Amino acid sequence: MEWLDRQWVDTVLEALTAFFLVAGSLITFISSFGMVHLRDFYLRMHGPAKATTLGVGLVLFASSLYFILIERTFHIQLILVTIFLLITAPISAHLLAKAALHRKLPSTPDTRGAPGELKPEDTAREPDTPHPEHPGGTAPQRPEQPQ
Amino acid sequence: MIDIALWISFFLIAMAIVLNAWRLLIGPSLPDRIIALDTMYVNSIALIILYTIWLGSRVYFEAALLIAMLGFISTVAVCKYLLRGDIIE
Repeated sequence: MEWLDRQWVDTVLEALTAFFLVAGSLITFISSFGMVHLRDFYLRMHGPAKATTLGVGLVLFASSLYFILIERTFHIQLILVTIFLLITAPISAHLLAKAALHRKLPSTPDTRGAPGELKPEDTAREPDTPHPEHPGGTAPQRPEQPQ
Repeated sequence: MIDIALWISFFLIAMAIVLNAWRLLIGPSLPDRIIALDTMYVNSIALIILYTIWLGSRVYFEAALLIAMLGFISTVAVCKYLLRGDIIE
């Protein structure tokens, strides 16, 4: 690692750290601004689900570059946080979208992909599966358990 | 160069957290408030990482990991509560 001690490596690392810091925080700010500015919940999901992960990932990458710059060591915790955020952001976005659809939140008329656009055969209720021993009737009551 | 970038990043992420708090206050429905909290913990991780850069020490990396894990688990728990009316069935 002889080449790490040269002068231009420090300059390049410092420039990359500053660039990734500003880019990541700008993307994070834009996603939070979109979460305030957009009109319905399904539009507002876009910022936290995608842009915030990218912005915080860039800030974490800048931090690991900075610790390479000042200590010449590499810390695994930052990569752990990045991987954890990359894994968990889609899961929480998926669960939030399911909760919003479950509560039937309103969407603006020009939002595409609303549940109202589903075909009737997609949303029609399937008939109940008959009981294998008592077709056509209700299942017998379970006998009382002796105390 | 890093000092100027650090101050710009502090300002932008603090403003992002203020916007999240605004959405948390006015959010018309419950999932809006949950997603505001979700974004707020991710932004607070970024703020902690900026603080470690400013300090030049790595004391707070574990705090960032803990906030990431507990925030995800709390988001999933509240979403399960909204979906099913119960967390552990």
